[in-house]
Amino acid sequence: MKRLVNLKPRPATRWLLGALPFALLALLYLGLSSQRLADNPSDRLLPSPATMAESFLRLASEPSARTGARLLWSDTFASLERLFAGVAISAVLALVIGLACGALPLVRAKLSPLVTVVSLIPPMAILPILFIAFGTDELAKVALIVIGVTPFLIRDLQGHALRVPAEQWVKAQTLGASSWQLILRLLLPQLMPRLISSVRLALGSAWLFLIAAEAIAAQEGLGYRIFLVRRYLAMDVILPYVAWITLLAFLIDQALAWISRRGFPWFHAEEKDA
Amino acid sequence: MSQTPLLLARGVEKRYGDVPVLERLDFRVDAGEFVTLVGASGCGKTTLLKMLLGTERPSRGELLLEGAPLPDEPGVDRGVVFQRYSVFPHLTALDNLVLAEEFALAPLTARLFGAARRQARERAAANLAEVGLGQAMARYPYQLSGGMQQRLALAQALTMRPRLLLLDEPFGALDPGIRLEMHALITRLWRERSLTIFMVTHDLREAFTLGTRVWVFDRLRHDPQVPDAFGATITYDLPVAARTKATPDIPSPLIKESHA
Ligand SMILES: Nc1ncnc2c1ncn2[C@@H]1O[C@H](COP(=O)(O)OP(=O)(O)OP(=O)(O)O)[C@@H](O)[C@H]1O
Ligand SMILES: [Mg+2]
Repeated sequence: MKRLVNLKPRPATRWLLGALPFALLALLYLGLSSQRLADNPSDRLLPSPATMAESFLRLASEPSARTGARLLWSDTFASLERLFAGVAISAVLALVIGLACGALPLVRAKLSPLVTVVSLIPPMAILPILFIAFGTDELAKVALIVIGVTPFLIRDLQGHALRVPAEQWVKAQTLGASSWQLILRLLLPQLMPRLISSVRLALGSAWLFLIAAEAIAAQEGLGYRIFLVRRYLAMDVILPYVAWITLLAFLIDQALAWISRRGFPWFHAEEKDA
Repeated sequence: MSQTPLLLARGVEKRYGDVPVLERLDFRVDAGEFVTLVGASGCGKTTLLKMLLGTERPSRGELLLEGAPLPDEPGVDRGVVFQRYSVFPHLTALDNLVLAEEFALAPLTARLFGAARRQARERAAANLAEVGLGQAMARYPYQLSGGMQQRLALAQALTMRPRLLLLDEPFGALDPGIRLEMHALITRLWRERSLTIFMVTHDLREAFTLGTRVWVFDRLRHDPQVPDAFGATITYDLPVAARTKATPDIPSPLIKESHA
């Protein structure tokens, strides 16, 4: 008998193992939902899959009476725009600061304490400040994501920048690299896949900040919709929206993973599961 | 050849805080010598290489490269191969070799384009073929064996034609068979290119087969109460009669014979 740690699932088995928890959850929901609906057909708490599909399709295809937009798509578009803007700004900021801190001891000495302190501020606590400073439109929501996510990215990248082996720094200098060239050809390419993996980790918090900001002040957006229909206990909208957000998050995560594997094969060479 | 030695050390001493690591280093090394450094672990061999590289400075005394004080940061006049992490993991073998030329020719972008790029790649390919990596040009370091990685590291260290080549246990992690191949390679490169080499090794046989000169590091003075009271120095400086110096004026037939 092999040790447990050496037993690896085959691809088909692995797929099944991954799908099993989902199937169990779905079964559990179906059981509970049909039971409640049998007791009370107008129950709103655990709507049947058919009701949810119907509501979801309605939001996706019928123009809203008030704005004329198809709500699912306008919500999705608004949310993704904020999410991408926030995460992109964070990533660029983190990359620039991470590169500077990682490469230049002079910058590191100046910036590190600041980054450490800023990263300890709970972003949600300053959301009111953001609304006061930037108004309640797009800027405040993007700013919340940026403030919430950037310090984490900077600290992560700076850590990785400092872990580039000293031997490589020395070697590059013996090949004649200037400081700028060291950043460009040694540090930047080695940090890019790190940035992608940090962003993948940070996307969870980015969604959290996005939905929180949308819940408080917005006219459209996935988070806004969920918190709006909560008043009517419209679980038939909330649950599909949550599933939709999860699907979007999953697709973004997989897209980033794919880009990283394609662009930086050397980075993924040591990973256990590709 | 000029009168000034390639490398001169005068009363060099290195201490970390209060702990002396190396002391009383006085030596002279001429162009074409192959110095091998042996000694117990922790006696300061790597520290000496670091001072030659410029990543550490002597606490006292001076190191002169061709009569001028050694620069206190790494530069193209001193090439290096470490036991590990000597090549860039994010570049293919070929790109690893092209890199130095890109640094030299493209200060701003550190990348070459068009004809310059093609020529640089051709030169790099020739250099790779010379160290036996002709078939592995498109591979990343993680796709190379340990021996191939060190061949790549050697070829890379030589791209800028350094005055000194510093090797810190470059073959320490390799199998005995591969190690012999590497000995043949380094001997050939040393002779063909008239290199001056400093090589740290833990293998005495390696030290005596490769070096023209073997330096043995040890502590001369010892205080049983305070083991760290004194630093190590070069206790023996042994010439190896069987090895001739790689000076440019060696007649070429001799060169051809000796690496057969
Ligand atoms: N940055 C440092 N700070 C303090 N002490 C150091 C530092 N670097 C090295 N030392 C000390 O200097 C001594 C010599 O180290 P060095 O790495 O030169 O030894 P070595 O001869 O290369 O050993 P090995 O054969 O194991 O590689 C060791 O005692 C080590 O603890
Ligand atoms: Mg050492």
